[in-house]
Amino acid sequence: MNKKRNRVAFPPYRIFDHTADLGVEIYGINERDLFCNAAFAVFDIMTDINLVHARKEKEIFVEGGDLEELLVNFLREMLYLYNGEGLLLKEFVISVMDNFHIKGIAKGELFSRARHRMNIEIKAITYHWVEIRKTRETWIGRVIFDV
Amino acid sequence: MSDIRIEKLDEFRWIIPPAGGMRVPGIIYADERMMKSLEKDESLGQVANVAHLPGIIRHSLAMPDIHWGYGFPIGGVAAFDMEDGIISPGGVGYDINCGVRLMVTNLQFGEIRERLKDLVIALFRDIPAGVGSEGPIELSPDEEKRVLREGAGWAVKLGYGSGGDLVTIEDGGRMEGADPSCVSERALERGRRQLGTLGSGNHFLEIEVVDKIFDRKIASTFGLMAEGQVAVAIHTGSRGFGHQVCDDYLARMVKRSNKLDFPLPDRQLACAYIASDEGKEYMSAMACAANYAWANRQILTHWTRQIFEKTLHMSPREIEMRLVYDVCHNIAKIEEFPVASRKRKVCVHRKGATRALPPQHPALPDVYHEVGQPVLIPGDMGTGSYVLAGAEKAFEETFGSCSHGAGRVMSRGRAIRESRNKSIVKEMADRGIVIMAAGEKTIREEMPDAYKDMEDVVNIVHRAGLSRKVARLRAVGCIKG
Repeated sequence: MNKKRNRVAFPPYRIFDHTADLGVEIYGINERDLFCNAAFAVFDIMTDINLVHARKEKEIFVEGGDLEELLVNFLREMLYLYNGEGLLLKEFVISVMDNFHIKGIAKGELFSRARHRMNIEIKAITYHWVEIRKTRETWIGRVIFDV
Repeated sequence: MSDIRIEKLDEFRWIIPPAGGMRVPGIIYADERMMKSLEKDESLGQVANVAHLPGIIRHSLAMPDIHWGYGFPIGGVAAFDMEDGIISPGGVGYDINCGVRLMVTNLQFGEIRERLKDLVIALFRDIPAGVGSEGPIELSPDEEKRVLREGAGWAVKLGYGSGGDLVTIEDGGRMEGADPSCVSERALERGRRQLGTLGSGNHFLEIEVVDKIFDRKIASTFGLMAEGQVAVAIHTGSRGFGHQVCDDYLARMVKRSNKLDFPLPDRQLACAYIASDEGKEYMSAMACAANYAWANRQILTHWTRQIFEKTLHMSPREIEMRLVYDVCHNIAKIEEFPVASRKRKVCVHRKGATRALPPQHPALPDVYHEVGQPVLIPGDMGTGSYVLAGAEKAFEETFGSCSHGAGRVMSRGRAIRESRNKSIVKEMADRGIVIMAAGEKTIREEMPDAYKDMEDVVNIVHRAGLSRKVARLRAVGCIKG
């Protein structure tokens, strides 16, 4: 899927069928890219992302026992910023990352009923079937969203 | 599907013999046709995974509406020993105490036929529904804690419905042991603005009509008197509050899972021993969410009554909207069952399964003592519901459990694709059903073809002796999130 070495195709994820929920496969050129693209997928699936502006910044710090747990915890945190604080996010920058920690910034704005449209509600990020693997050119992640 | 060995046990039961780390066999209630379709997905593997968990008693069970979930299959039932067994937030689900309540009225369909559209419009206008819906109730932190401790009783105390309603709610609408100090600030924050809302996804409020009565004696005890009688079904749960409780505890237990003395076949099955501090804290937090959900359904009931009165210009006495029953179908509960010929307290997980108590059970309200617990099984959007009565076999074989719905067969993504050229609202209208939903996508995801045939699911539980068929109701109006 990835011809250019510095970017994956757009959108950087694909939805696959899972009976009750939504399975998502995400791509990235490295781990950080993969994580940012996964967070983008959460919001791109929920809302029309073109209507979201990156006006507000939010600092992120997340921990996990391994890379997969870290991915789920990172997405859980992003989803909480919507569910708990009403933020729609579209840009993500990870400044520090190892297998157990992430530090970074998420940018977006407060949800407004007048300007934004919600397509579908992602209710939770599950640990079921979560996987991260690396092919020769691409990092591929798999997560199941509860919808 | 994974290479799971299945053997036919009898007409409606299939067994997965223990293999690998399975501590007990898996048992699936299904017919030949359902079994064939199950072989295509991962749900049988999930039944086997649950059988790996410590302290599991007798079997890892699946009801006929089984489908692929995360961690536990949806339609999964498992009971655990109180001393060496576990409790798993993933075995309860995110929407803690998601459930159904059914109310009947004195009205005949003929009396509301002309006003049906007005009723659906009024319900849609006045009952907050949809993605992230918030309601007119804003709870103070102290008031919220009272909701969490008192459940439906809190709502009744504030004038939402009457004390009589509490009699026919599972556990009287209040789960013991709720402790708000075990709930995170995040969950409390999310809970403050969502009480009295329906939510999104497969949640709905439906106007139904009694279509067919199979057992007149039991039906009349439940208040289902005759064909044509108008009823209302509400399907919703603990909203963002319950999701946050599940999410918090799941993450905590995943983090500690490498400290457990057994391997987890799936991280989503992360759990804690029931007797451990973590297990007890989850139980107390889960009870808070169960109570939140019961208060939520109680408030929606009160508003539905008001909307009927206002729209139909009738008095509460003329309509007399009475609660038949309220069941939860995502829950873990401490209940008593005969195990190896003695009574034992066990922790039953019902993940997409309904409790089904047989006649004479001490936990039944007096009015249902002779006939058993009403088992409410809603169908997919627009098909209505089945009412059954709990039977002895459920008590003996499935820890007093029965199926909870029709069970998805088509993924949400496929449902959206396959419905692209259909107007589902129009199709429903052609069948005489008025439907209003906050999002078109919800309707597409929930289109009837996406579900197993309701009749099949119900016939299996009836013939397998888990519950008796009492009545079928058809939908005439529906609001969705």
